Amino acid sequence: MLDLIAPFFERLYDTTGLNFSPFYNSYDWGRLVEGMWVSVKLITAIIAVSLVIGVIGAGAQTSRLRIIRWMVSAYIEIFRNTPPIVQLLFFYFGLGAITPQVDMGGWYEPAIGSFGWAVIAIGIFGGSYNVEIFRSGIEAVPASTKEAAESLGFSGFKIFVYVTFPLALRICLPALTNNIVSLAKTSSLAYVIAVPEITYSLSGIWSDSVNVPEMMLLLFGYYIVLIAIIARIMTMIERKIALPGYGQ
Amino acid sequence: MTPNWTVSRLTWRAPVLAAGLCVLATLAAMAQDGSTGRPSALATLITWMPFILKGFGLNLVMSVLAMALATVSGVILGFMQISPVTLIRLPAKLVTNLFRNSPWLVILFAIMFLVPFQITLPGGDKVMVPDWLKATFGFSLPVMANVSEILRGAVASIPSGQWESAESLAFTRGQTLRHIILPQCIRRMLPPWMNWYALLTLMTPMAAILGVNEALGNTQAAMEAAGSRPEFLIPFYLFLMTIFFVVIYPISICTRRLEKRFATGS
Repeated sequence: MLDLIAPFFERLYDTTGLNFSPFYNSYDWGRLVEGMWVSVKLITAIIAVSLVIGVIGAGAQTSRLRIIRWMVSAYIEIFRNTPPIVQLLFFYFGLGAITPQVDMGGWYEPAIGSFGWAVIAIGIFGGSYNVEIFRSGIEAVPASTKEAAESLGFSGFKIFVYVTFPLALRICLPALTNNIVSLAKTSSLAYVIAVPEITYSLSGIWSDSVNVPEMMLLLFGYYIVLIAIIARIMTMIERKIALPGYGQ
Repeated sequence: MTPNWTVSRLTWRAPVLAAGLCVLATLAAMAQDGSTGRPSALATLITWMPFILKGFGLNLVMSVLAMALATVSGVILGFMQISPVTLIRLPAKLVTNLFRNSPWLVILFAIMFLVPFQITLPGGDKVMVPDWLKATFGFSLPVMANVSEILRGAVASIPSGQWESAESLAFTRGQTLRHIILPQCIRRMLPPWMNWYALLTLMTPMAAILGVNEALGNTQAAMEAAGSRPEFLIPFYLFLMTIFFVVIYPISICTRRLEKRFATGS
């Protein structure tokens, strides 16, 4: 792969001075590929964590216990109204300092590394938005549908799993797409705790080869393609699970 | 669809939440206070509080300036997006989508590295551009794109019957926009606009990565100056979260209130 494109980019550098070093230097190429791979892993993990938190939170929001409802709304308010970067630093440095160390056979490593903390912190941050999104979807399911399910003998939990949630998911999918896209962008914050994702590895390349504009171009291109892919996948899911005659 | 449990008034919840964060910070500080003789983490935090708050002032200045810049340029961009001339509309769409789909951090890096640190005025004088000003400019770009999109969305949400009836009354396009469409758009644009201000303020601590001395940068500097003991980390970061919360929470409550009022009003 690299052998094919390397001559072109080397000539580009010689003739125009545009230094796309990852495309002819195998070391930089490795850093770019590694960065893209870590970034994709990070985004997938963050989205998964935030979705799980969103579903659990929205379920807890319907609880009969006042204290649980209050705790969920306090969680939402705190995480939505404080800077995500400070949350990330708080989790990584603050809580990371008091988590247990694991014996790696001679040296000690924290049980949760920077990648893990990035997933936890940004996932919790994104989850606070997802709770609201799922809740608005659940509220939009007509009460008559739930009553019909009840009259067919479904228990409360089964109504949620088989009736309310599938309908709510379809209702809140557009809002969910927005939040997932914004989470994918927020994942670049992991740079501050040195997770080797794309922003971090490209910043390593541009400080070695002093080719900031070219690497910036690459970075913008990467995110635009990534977000186009995510948006495409979400529209596909939306179309796939659409119920004829339900919703818009 | 209006959520019935969402808080839309400043009730006892806000102070309780803020106080809860503070108590948490205090507890964390006291729990980790091991040895005697050194000043406790809490005492250190109180000593450095004015320094952090001074940094927070810069955060607020940056957010207000960036928002003003973003509003003006975003409104211009939004008008370009709804222009009937393709040659104006397409570049505006491109710029909007570029900045809407890129992470804040990437835009911030781009501005910090690609804008020269000093510019030559037409008179020949060289002026240094301070870092915080560049960061402000960097923060305003994504918000600009989103303000532009808010304007486009608001104009598109006005029923087309209004355009047609204005046309039948012999209004020109400019007159229709000025007297009929925009007055209705402003009330629809206000809540999302305020939302973006809150989000912008929450993003300003990112400037610390690039060496701007705002709240986060000052907090880290304060921790270092006080001896960078691990027990500082939790109380200092919690304090930082609390001051942001105290400023942003009223704004987001106000936004929700407006949203609710406009939703029932229209």
